[in-house]
Amino acid sequence: MGKKRGKQTFALAAPPYLAGAYTIAGTKEGEGPLGECFDQLIPDALWGETTWEKTESKLMTTAVRGACQRADWTEGDAELLLAGDLLNQTISANFSARALGIPFFGIFGACSTMAEGLGLGAMLIDGGYVDRLVATASSHHETAERQFRSPNELGVQRPPEAQWTVTGAGAAALASPAVYHHPASLAGRSAVTVTHVTVGKVVDLGVKDAGDMGSAMAPAAAHTILTHLHDTERTVGDYDAIVTGDLGHVGHAACRALMAAEGVVPGERLLDCGVMIFDASRQDTHAGGSGCGCSAVVILSELLRRLRDRCYRRLLFVGTGALFSPMSSQQGESIPAIGHAVVLERGE
Amino acid sequence: MAFSFEQWTPKVYRRFLQSMKPKRTIAKNALWAFFVGGLFCALGQGIHNFWRWQGLNAFDGAAATAAILVFIGAFLTGIGVYDQLGKHAGAGSLVPITGFANAVVASAMEFKREGYVFGVGAKMFTIAGPVIVYGCLSSVVIGLIYFLRMH
Repeated sequence: MGKKRGKQTFALAAPPYLAGAYTIAGTKEGEGPLGECFDQLIPDALWGETTWEKTESKLMTTAVRGACQRADWTEGDAELLLAGDLLNQTISANFSARALGIPFFGIFGACSTMAEGLGLGAMLIDGGYVDRLVATASSHHETAERQFRSPNELGVQRPPEAQWTVTGAGAAALASPAVYHHPASLAGRSAVTVTHVTVGKVVDLGVKDAGDMGSAMAPAAAHTILTHLHDTERTVGDYDAIVTGDLGHVGHAACRALMAAEGVVPGERLLDCGVMIFDASRQDTHAGGSGCGCSAVVILSELLRRLRDRCYRRLLFVGTGALFSPMSSQQGESIPAIGHAVVLERGE
Repeated sequence: MAFSFEQWTPKVYRRFLQSMKPKRTIAKNALWAFFVGGLFCALGQGIHNFWRWQGLNAFDGAAATAAILVFIGAFLTGIGVYDQLGKHAGAGSLVPITGFANAVVASAMEFKREGYVFGVGAKMFTIAGPVIVYGCLSSVVIGLIYFLRMH
């Protein structure tokens, strides 16, 4: 049997290991419910740089170096870097790759970039092209705000369904089974592998409001989850958690209802990184967190910990992305959305 | 694998979403806008009265008042207060002339890092520009109507 399952899923023959992970986040994220879980917090939005864009790039660079260190890799071990972010021409990733000097594929999947990178990376390793690579994604509240919405000091009122772009970056070091050795820092804890990748399809149900991305992305997330379950002939019960990227409170409810309409009731197992990262009642973040960094820092911190500490055995991570630009929005286009899924499973 | 929701029209999906969207706090927003907007107007009237008392005529007094309100709006933007105010007050801080100052200064601050020519110079009016363009346009239209009525 080949590696393809159904229409959109790949089952990896020799699942690569998640050898190391590193997360770094901003102050607001640090004050949130998961604040203690991140590897590093930055003291302010600029972190000693002269522009927010430079800060975002530095976040990513730091995360990549951190992930390599956590995997006990030495400099030069990483053979490939798969990186992306939200800014025009993915400059955070480009400048980070310049600083790191690792052979680099720039990727863009809007806020689904972390899942896209993990999926592509796992397939490249399983395909035998490289043994060690790093997948990473970043976002920064201020850089996203000025590119997608309005100047940061403008006195605008945010609608209740608006989400708050997360300042943060996460990086995952992936290794083939042939070269993987369990890092000393993880002694006594489980190894985690990437076993399946479900590539998303663009789904667009005509939402045009760029201030309501959760609603725009929910159908894409539901589509990928349902397709994944169908392709792998699994049920929700086979997963300890199904984690979407950044649907926020509104999109999370919509995704749940869309799945229910197809007869799949996920119950407590359906989680969303955008809902988990902030306390909406206390932090004035309205519908929750968003951005590439949102799912990257949540999945690679607390959720990875639950796998390593054997709270979870298997988890489906569905990165969700709104594939629009301010220009397409102003030209009256609706928001195309995508969900990429990877299965993270506890290894032996 | 096809799911029924893939075939939905935007209208069907909009109706489906209705129950999930949080309610907008219209009454609270309107109250905030009324009081903050009213406060700015009362402040403006106070400044205007002061200048009249100092001996300026109504026309010069209005110009001096506008200049001071614009300064206040710009200053509050510069020290990072105006966006906090706008978050609660909405139209109350957007509509008065201080909101115009906020739009210009916020853009100027934001794009300073792209340089003084293509940053500040070019982007300063990205938010306020449309107000100026359509303000001028509507004054021309109203002037024309006035002119035609006169003849």
